[in-house]
Amino acid sequence: MNIYVIMKRTFDTEEKIVINDGVIDEDGAEFIINPYDEYAIEEAIVLRDEHGGEVTVVTVGDEDAEKELRTALAMGADKAVLIDVEDVDEELDHFSISKALTAYFSKKEYDIILGGNVAVDDGAGQVASRVAEGLGINQVTTITSLEIDGTAVNIERDVEGDVEKIETSLPLLVTCQQGLNEPRYPSLPGIMKAKKKPLDTIDLDDLDLEEEDVEAKTKTIDRFLPPEKQAGKILEGEVDEQVDELVQLLRNEAKVI
Amino acid sequence: MDFELTNEQQITKSMVKEFAEQEIAPKAIEVDRNARFPIETFQKMGELGLLGIPFPEKYGGAGGDTITYALCVEEIGKACASTGLSYAAAVSLGASPIYQFGTEKQKQQYLMPLASGKTLGSFGLTEPNAGSDAGGTQTKAREEKDGYVINGEKCWITNAQYASTVIVTAVTGKTTSGKNIISAFIVPTDTKGFKITSPYEKMGVRGSNTSELILEEVKVPKENILGDRQKGFQQFLHTLDGGRISIAALAVGIAQKAYEKALHYAKSRKQFGNPIASFQAIQFKLADMAMEIEAARQLVLKAAWLKDNRKPFKKTASFAKLFASEMATKTCNQALQIHGGYGYMREYEIERMLRDAKLLEIGEGTSEIQRLVIAREIGCLE
Repeated sequence: MNIYVIMKRTFDTEEKIVINDGVIDEDGAEFIINPYDEYAIEEAIVLRDEHGGEVTVVTVGDEDAEKELRTALAMGADKAVLIDVEDVDEELDHFSISKALTAYFSKKEYDIILGGNVAVDDGAGQVASRVAEGLGINQVTTITSLEIDGTAVNIERDVEGDVEKIETSLPLLVTCQQGLNEPRYPSLPGIMKAKKKPLDTIDLDDLDLEEEDVEAKTKTIDRFLPPEKQAGKILEGEVDEQVDELVQLLRNEAKVI
Repeated sequence: MDFELTNEQQITKSMVKEFAEQEIAPKAIEVDRNARFPIETFQKMGELGLLGIPFPEKYGGAGGDTITYALCVEEIGKACASTGLSYAAAVSLGASPIYQFGTEKQKQQYLMPLASGKTLGSFGLTEPNAGSDAGGTQTKAREEKDGYVINGEKCWITNAQYASTVIVTAVTGKTTSGKNIISAFIVPTDTKGFKITSPYEKMGVRGSNTSELILEEVKVPKENILGDRQKGFQQFLHTLDGGRISIAALAVGIAQKAYEKALHYAKSRKQFGNPIASFQAIQFKLADMAMEIEAARQLVLKAAWLKDNRKPFKKTASFAKLFASEMATKTCNQALQIHGGYGYMREYEIERMLRDAKLLEIGEGTSEIQRLVIAREIGCLE
C-alpha cells in the first residue's frame, strides 16, 4: 500500500507567541509537527503495519522543516520529502501549498493520503481538501475511525460531536481528528534509525511549476493577538434584580440581545 | 565552536520533554509524599529506549551520545527529581561500568537487559565507613576454587530493590605496600545470601529507591569479576566521573523548574499595587537565577562534549557537578523566598525541589570531594 502523509511544521501554540508588525517572531518560538498531523502519521504507520507498504511524509517549507520530517521518520515513517519553497520570494497561501502538493501527487502512485484536520497555527483546514479536489479523488474530513478492506473503506467521522458513518473506496484522502488514535513518542532507537532513512528535497522546478503557478490567491493584511481577558463583573442583590441587570447589560452594554 | 544541537539531539529533547510533562510530572507530588518508586515510569522509559541512550545498538542501546543523555536527564529531572535521580543512577552507575569494563559475554548477558530497559542496574560502593574514601571499604570477597564469596554491607544504594544486578565493590587482598586491593563484582540480586531492604526515611528525592545491601556468604563465579581484579578502585573513579555529568544535568533540571515557577509567580503576585516582578529586589534574584542556570548548563554540555570526543573530562565533570548542585540548592532556596509563605507550603512544590536539590551536593561525591578532585586536577599537590 502506498501511504502518504501531508504534514505541516507549526509553532507550538502552547508556548508564548510574539507578533511584531503583523509577523510572528520565530526566534523565540518553539516549532513542532502540527498536532493533528501527528494523528495522521500515527494512523499511516498503523495502516502500513497492518497492510504492508510504505509511509512517505511530505511537507512544503524550508530546510528548517527537516527536523519535523526526521521526527516523523523517527516515529516510524519510511521516507520523507521536502518540497523546498525557500527561494520563492512572494508570500504563499493555502492555494500555493495545495497546488505544489497536487503537482507532486499527480506524478505518484498513491492509495491513501492522510493529513491533519486543521493546522493549529491558522486553523484554516484548506490544504488537504484542495489537494483531494485537485487530484479528483474521494475525501473525508475529521475522521475518528478508519478500516480498510481491499479497496473498500469504512470511516467514522466527527460531526459537531456526533458520529457519521461513511463507506467509500481507495484512492482516498482523509483528514484526521482528535480521537482517531494516540500518537506514539518517537523512541530513541527510532530517532537514531531516522538519520539513515531517505529524506529527499525537491523544488518547484522538479514539479514543473513556475512561481506564477503557486502565486497566492489571498493576502494577509494583519495579524494580532486576541485582546487580554478583562476581569469579570459580579452582579449583586436579589436574584430578580440580578436577572434584570443582566438583561440590561446584555442588551445595552454587550449589545448581544 | 558550534552551540547548535544536532537534529537527533533536538528531536530527543522534544520527545523527552513531552514525555516528562505528560507521564512524569503529574506523579511528582505523589511519589514524594508516599516515598514510592514509580516503576511503571521506568518501564515506559525502557520501551522508549531512554535507559540505553549512550550504549551501542548491538548491546540493546540507542547509540546516542553523552550530550543527548544529559539533555534527557535535565528534562526528566525538571519534571521529577526523584525519577531523574533513579534514571541517572540506572544508566551512569548501573549500566555504564558493564559497558566500560565488562567482557563481551558480560555485556551480552548483563548490559543487554539494562540498555533495552527490561530491568534496572545498580552500583554498590558506599558503606557505613566508606564512600569516596574507598580505602575504608570493609566488604570482603574471599577467593575459593570455583569463585568468590562476598561478605559485607552497603548503604544508600540507589535502585537496588528494583535491580536485577548490583555491581558490588569488595576487598580481595592487599598490595605489597599493604593497601587494600578493591575489585568489582556483578552480583545478580537473586543470589542466595543477598538481602536488599529499604529502611531509610529521606529528606528529599523520596520517590527514588534507596537500599541497604547485606551480603552473607554470597557466592559468585570468577567470571563475574568486572574488569581488572586489581583495578576496581580506578574503575569506579572513572564511573563516578561520568556519573557526575548526569548529576549536574539533574541539578540544572530542578533549578530550571524552580526558576520558571518563581518567574511565573513573581509576574502574577501583586503587592503594593504592582506585580512583585517589578521590584528590583525580586528582579535581581531572578536575573541571578537565570544566569547561573545557564552557566551550569554550559558546564554540563562542555563536560559531556569532552567525554563524547574522548578528551579528558574529569576536571570539567567535577566543575559541572559542584557548580550545578550548589547552584540548584541556592536557586530553589531563592525561588522559595520569592514565593514567600506559599513557597513553604507543599502544594507549591518549591519546598520539594529544595529538599531534592540538597541531595545533589552530597551524592556521587560531596561538594568537598569535588573541590579535592579539582584541586588535584589543577596541580595543588604537584
